Amino acid sequence: MNSASRRWEEYLMPTSLEEALAMLQERGGQARVIAGGTDLIIQLKKKEKMARCLVDITNLLELKGIELKGDFIRIGACVTHQELASSGLIRERASALAEGASQVGSPQIRNMGTVGGNIVNAQPAADTVVPLIALGAEVEVATATGTRREPLEGLYVGPGQCTVDATAEILTAVWFRPLGPHQGSAFERLARRKALSLPILNAAAVVTLDSDGDAFQEVRLAVSPVAPTPFRARKAEEALRGTAVEVQAITAAIELAAQEAQPRTSLLRGSEEYRREMVKVLLRRSIERAVQVARGG
Amino acid sequence: MTLQTLTMKLNGEEVTVQVRPSALLVEVLRDQLELTGTKVACGEGECGACTVLLDGVPVNSCLVPALKAQGREVMTVEGLAPLGKLHPLQKAFVEHGAVQCGYCTPGMLMSAKALLDHNPDPTEDEIRLAISGNLCRCTGYAKIVEAIQAASGKTG
Repeated sequence: MNSASRRWEEYLMPTSLEEALAMLQERGGQARVIAGGTDLIIQLKKKEKMARCLVDITNLLELKGIELKGDFIRIGACVTHQELASSGLIRERASALAEGASQVGSPQIRNMGTVGGNIVNAQPAADTVVPLIALGAEVEVATATGTRREPLEGLYVGPGQCTVDATAEILTAVWFRPLGPHQGSAFERLARRKALSLPILNAAAVVTLDSDGDAFQEVRLAVSPVAPTPFRARKAEEALRGTAVEVQAITAAIELAAQEAQPRTSLLRGSEEYRREMVKVLLRRSIERAVQVARGG
Repeated sequence: MTLQTLTMKLNGEEVTVQVRPSALLVEVLRDQLELTGTKVACGEGECGACTVLLDGVPVNSCLVPALKAQGREVMTVEGLAPLGKLHPLQKAFVEHGAVQCGYCTPGMLMSAKALLDHNPDPTEDEIRLAISGNLCRCTGYAKIVEAIQAASGKTG
């Protein structure tokens, strides 16, 4: 395919958020935001998405950087997977996210692809989204009329669909509380090969233990793709709350998660039965590693 | 369609070229600037044949809109041997039989170059990770890994 058969006729590189929003607004739905482009360019090549104009937001300073701001970590939407994976702050205070980011695509993809793009592209098993959901992240979205902040989990409508309108709005940042003492997180991924391979499943756990490290105060579990949108294993989380950190409790909880999850048979990802079993395996591994981190921290 | 002006530093020299807004970096490199060392195979960022360095880090030039290179530095395989003298990595690839059909080679070399630039003495695992975004269907990777090991420490 050559460039003439692709449709975007304008490529804009705004230098401020206001300018970028104005560019989108002036083009009334004909323009679309591009960040790293590692998913969008393929979708445009395949004509799964169309745009007359692309507004490249990667030069916007407001969308860069990973910072501790008050009680929160703020990650600019254009932070790349490579930056996330190598950030000392993320590795120390949200290790599941660093682990997820380090397993996206390939080195080349991680150098271009952004966390904001991973979110807005809305694949249920996006490797940064699953840990971010377990971390209870919120997103900040800039629109022509102002900025809104909402839970990441509520953004998803279905595979490839989220409530951020890429022709009018810009996801600017992700916020979440960094993990502290007696807290830990971990990410697990199962795929046919280690690089350039869609996950058969991925999972993330964030645990808060009591001060002795013997009981779960709170557990947050995400596993995907087992539903049209990223999946929180709420029954398992509930079952673990307040229980001792013991194999039996974890086994019972992940059994609940496997019942609640709805993995589908897929030519690429494997059979429903296999994947349902693997939900348990990945959750067990992520819970156990998150506990280790919590006890060490 | 209005052409847009792209100015970038390409293999050490400033280049200005008029490009279609929808042109991808690899198309400008190959079709307009006639640097055909960079290959296109999958066109989806899966194979790494189109790998070039953008500000020193490897990217899939088949997925990068050319205008993203505005004001930035691009290095292609041609930049490894600017005066026709092989780069230590290229020599090592030849000496270790790391080139068979050759189609993946330019991309492999650029991923290896990016690795050695920031980690001159990598472990085998670090080498394998660095080329994990580059597929080779001929060599089985062992010879490529050996060649990169041989070149490490020699690239300055």
